[in-house]
Amino acid sequence: MRNTFSEALYKAATTDPDIYIVVADISPAGSMAKFRDQYPDRFINVGVAEQSMIGICAGLALKGCQPFAYTIATFSLYRPFEMVRDDLCYQNLPVTVVGMGAGVIYSTLGGTHHTQEDIAIAGALPNMQIIAPCDPAECTEATAYCATQKNGPVYLRLGKAGEPNFTDKAVDPWTFGKLRYIKRGTDVCILSYGVIMQKAMQLAARFEAKGQSVSVVSCHTLKPLDVGGVRDALRRHSHVIVIEEHAPQGGLAPRTKQIAWDTQARCRLDTFTLQDAFIHNYGSHDDLLAAHGLEVRAIAQQVGA
Amino acid sequence: MHDMTRRNFFDVAAARARCLQYRKRILDISQQVQALHIGSAYSCTEMVDAIYHDLMRRNPDGTSPDTFLMSKGHGCMILYVILEDMGVLGREDLDLYCRPNGRLGCHPDYGNPGIEASTGALGHGLSMAVGMALAERGRKTDGIIYTVLSDGEVQEGSTWEAVLMASSLGLSNLIAFVDNNDFQSLGRTSETHPTFYPLVAKFEAFGWECAEVDGHDAAAVFAAVSGRQGGRPLMVIGKTTKGKGISYMENVPIWHYRSPSPQEYEQGKRELEAAAAGAAS
Repeated sequence: MRNTFSEALYKAATTDPDIYIVVADISPAGSMAKFRDQYPDRFINVGVAEQSMIGICAGLALKGCQPFAYTIATFSLYRPFEMVRDDLCYQNLPVTVVGMGAGVIYSTLGGTHHTQEDIAIAGALPNMQIIAPCDPAECTEATAYCATQKNGPVYLRLGKAGEPNFTDKAVDPWTFGKLRYIKRGTDVCILSYGVIMQKAMQLAARFEAKGQSVSVVSCHTLKPLDVGGVRDALRRHSHVIVIEEHAPQGGLAPRTKQIAWDTQARCRLDTFTLQDAFIHNYGSHDDLLAAHGLEVRAIAQQVGA
Repeated sequence: MHDMTRRNFFDVAAARARCLQYRKRILDISQQVQALHIGSAYSCTEMVDAIYHDLMRRNPDGTSPDTFLMSKGHGCMILYVILEDMGVLGREDLDLYCRPNGRLGCHPDYGNPGIEASTGALGHGLSMAVGMALAERGRKTDGIIYTVLSDGEVQEGSTWEAVLMASSLGLSNLIAFVDNNDFQSLGRTSETHPTFYPLVAKFEAFGWECAEVDGHDAAAVFAAVSGRQGGRPLMVIGKTTKGKGISYMENVPIWHYRSPSPQEYEQGKRELEAAAAGAAS
């Protein structure tokens, strides 16, 4: 996904001289190296200095530029949090804060490199938009949006590398702020976002093997959430399942429950999230998710798939 | 391109008259509100005045190719009264300072006329100024970014991140000032943090051109900037007195924040008017 982001950003930068990328000592993978080599004046490496990364982006945006701040998610959002809040959100500047390797993708680096609460934290900030593409194809669409939008700051939550595409044959196109049906069914609806979409697709296959008709929905825009779309999904399906790689507070799961309560939804609603606990074990990304119960077989047992 | 060397003189009398006028206006406003960081505004009055009236270039329509960002946002009263004097802010704006129907508060808010960035939380301004200077360079304009930091703000780690980047990027269009009144909430910086000094050596070690002047000597401030070598960012350390201009405020930390009582107001007004009369004679 990071390579797709880099390619999309490079493409946008070829036609817009106001696009800058400000990175914090992170290796310029893929097309990022091409960006650096071709537009050295617009590729700024602040070093290990994330507060200035955000502040410099704010200054660029105050002069009308369209900057991206780019590093590992915990360092792009948590370390410079007050700069994100005051410089970007309070001033409502069109800066994209890219959180690379979000969630618990850095599965061998320990809890210091995890972002289990980033949606809740970024979502609490007025003016902040949050986008979490589920695959490289959505990442391309999201990056193109970020490169041209003037609404305000965006937290762009990305995976890392090697994610497959799920949306090549999606029912809906990618539209900022709208739920996107990857497949549309009538019985069960699975709402998810980000790279954990792979588990949503696997769960859907299990339901389908049992003869049930399944919708899989990419909730790529977490803020502003498509409340009408969620309400519609709750109304049209008898069983709605939320799967997210995020703490139980402040993410898609509690928002969906809130909308279900507000609209007196009558469907069954199951939510699966990371636990409200740090992860101290190591292994693969899947190993860490499984440690918090985010494993397809375990979920399938609970939801009858 | 704008003529960056058009000024080769400094009108000391005019600067002194303006600064007295600004201090009086701030003192008047102090009677409307409980608090307005009057000591902090008085300590950087001459520096901000010199930036607006002698350093920033003006187009015929009054706009400037240059930008001023008040990094020490708590000193914004001097910014407000200068913008009022220039007609950028209205008298009503200042009359409604910190009031329910007003738009100006104790810290500058981006979006208000003449306010280029929201500041107040310390340690943010210099990074934003670096970004602005980069944008000007990227567009191949000759716009200069001016900013004023408090000395307490120099303690922020984020300030040093920006100091490192500004010189590493060779931003010769960035000119920063430190309002070095040596006071912060818990006392004199030279006593609480003796190794804070020397400042000049620190900035020079980070690759900046650096000058140290009497921050209340506007002509010296002007000369430090107009006589710079260039080719890298410039830091002007202005040695100042907190609360400068009113005897009971000078170097008394409580005037960081509080407003004068009616009796104190009358005394302050007399002192400023006496200073104005002395300057005119």
